[in-house]
Amino acid sequence: MNKKSFLDSFSLVPHAVWSVLFIVAPLIFVVYFAFTDRNGNFTFSNIGALSDYAHIFGLSVAFALIATVICLLIGYPLAFFISRLKPSKQKILILILMLPMWISLLIRTYSLMALLDNGGLLNTLFEAIGIGPVKIVGTAGAVILGMVYDFLPYMVLPIYTSMSKLDIRYFEAAEDLGCNGFKTMTKVVFPLTVPGIISGITMVFVPSISTFYISQKLGGGSFDLIGDTIERHFQNQSTYNVGAAISLVMMILILISVAVMNKFADDNKGGQLIV
Amino acid sequence: MKTLSRIYMVLVFALLYAPIIVLVLFSFNERGSLNQFTTFSFYWYAELFRDATALGALKNSLYLAISSSVLATVIGTLAAFGINNLRSRYIKTVIRSVTNIPMMNPDIVTGVSMMLLFVFASTMPFLPLKFGFVTMLIAHTTFNIPYVILSVLPRFAQMDKHLTEAALDLGCTPAGSFFRIELPYVLPGVVSGLMLGFTLSLDDFVISHFVSSPDFQTLPLYVYTQTAHKVKFSMYALCALMVFAILILLLLVNFAGSFNLGKSKVKRKPKTGVKENG
Repeated sequence: MNKKSFLDSFSLVPHAVWSVLFIVAPLIFVVYFAFTDRNGNFTFSNIGALSDYAHIFGLSVAFALIATVICLLIGYPLAFFISRLKPSKQKILILILMLPMWISLLIRTYSLMALLDNGGLLNTLFEAIGIGPVKIVGTAGAVILGMVYDFLPYMVLPIYTSMSKLDIRYFEAAEDLGCNGFKTMTKVVFPLTVPGIISGITMVFVPSISTFYISQKLGGGSFDLIGDTIERHFQNQSTYNVGAAISLVMMILILISVAVMNKFADDNKGGQLIV
Repeated sequence: MKTLSRIYMVLVFALLYAPIIVLVLFSFNERGSLNQFTTFSFYWYAELFRDATALGALKNSLYLAISSSVLATVIGTLAAFGINNLRSRYIKTVIRSVTNIPMMNPDIVTGVSMMLLFVFASTMPFLPLKFGFVTMLIAHTTFNIPYVILSVLPRFAQMDKHLTEAALDLGCTPAGSFFRIELPYVLPGVVSGLMLGFTLSLDDFVISHFVSSPDFQTLPLYVYTQTAHKVKFSMYALCALMVFAILILLLLVNFAGSFNLGKSKVKRKPKTGVKENG
């Protein structure tokens, strides 16, 4: 067993080479492009130009935050209700929940747009009951709705996973000790599912803040988010450098917030031991 | 409380499915209209199959999904074997963190970072790299590998080490034991990794958007260019077909998964290996 075989020593080589070439090297190029000008000379001007995009960063963060909060408010009760069902029913509902995650985001967004558009089914319905056509596509609400619709399952799934691990005796103990339903939720269920909530928030926030298709389709071109800005800068070779700088800053912001969230989840795990 | 929770669940699921159901339904609408269902027909499907570009994109998508998932499965399975045998915890952590980068990063960053690499590589005189199939294959394989490792590694971890030792004692060469003992044992994980990769590759839009060229279009890219300006009803038919395809694939993966669970004693977590889209 101590003799290392050929396979033992070389099985990792293809993956290691691939990772260096196609995971690490591309990220180095993002940094390189962010700090050089079109001729390859070192410069800080791309990073300096970012102040022009501050409002876009602000708008994207605001949209993504609102969408994340709505997902949490809708998703948490859903996860809780599913986890209280019979195991066989749980399995089916989770499968139904996961199915949309597998359908291309493009198609889901497109179908939502078709439903909400001016000549769409919803507006026809509005007209029939006399509210008249309501402009939905092209409003901030439509963009946020798109994010919620597209990413809600990503919130429910991790919360459900941490809820399904809860011991039923916690509920019994809470009841015995005089908790009512509401108190059981706030004092027992919620603290024990914080890790699930944290990973749900990450899984909704990260794709929401970096999306460009949702804002293009449902924003009707009137909302420019970070994703749109990055995408536009990479259409034209002369703006690659600024695009790389925006990508780099977004990546760093996301990594920091994910790290902070994970730290928060870890701290909470420490607290769990006392419970 | 029970009825209230039922109503809530039905409501959320209905909202989640309403747009997709409307889209599938109206793809069978003879008149190209979104608000009035006139006659059931396959008109838009026939229209779609007369569209040579769409069929070309379908061929490209399948070609790419098969080759990238097979390549990723080979590299990923070998890597999982290697990671499992590593003694040093430090190296293990480093490899696993680097492997997880494509899963953690927003797709758009992965996409533009690869694009910059390819832009740079194509300026090298000794590298005749052109945007197209090769760049797409590299990108798709890269984002598939972590998912293959994720589904194969637990199988290696739960395998009894004594099986390999017994094989070696009985005169197997290490390579022989890999193909006759280890590989058959982890095969269910390999198969679900392959299918996961195939689905992800078929589905990817954001990363492909940055590393493709107009002469190598996949289905999602084709849908994107076609829906850029106005609604086209043959696109409804195409989307509906893609929904059906995903439905069938998901059922297959799920059956393979439950087959897995039935065979192994250790219960595995439900599969949540779903890519974050941006």
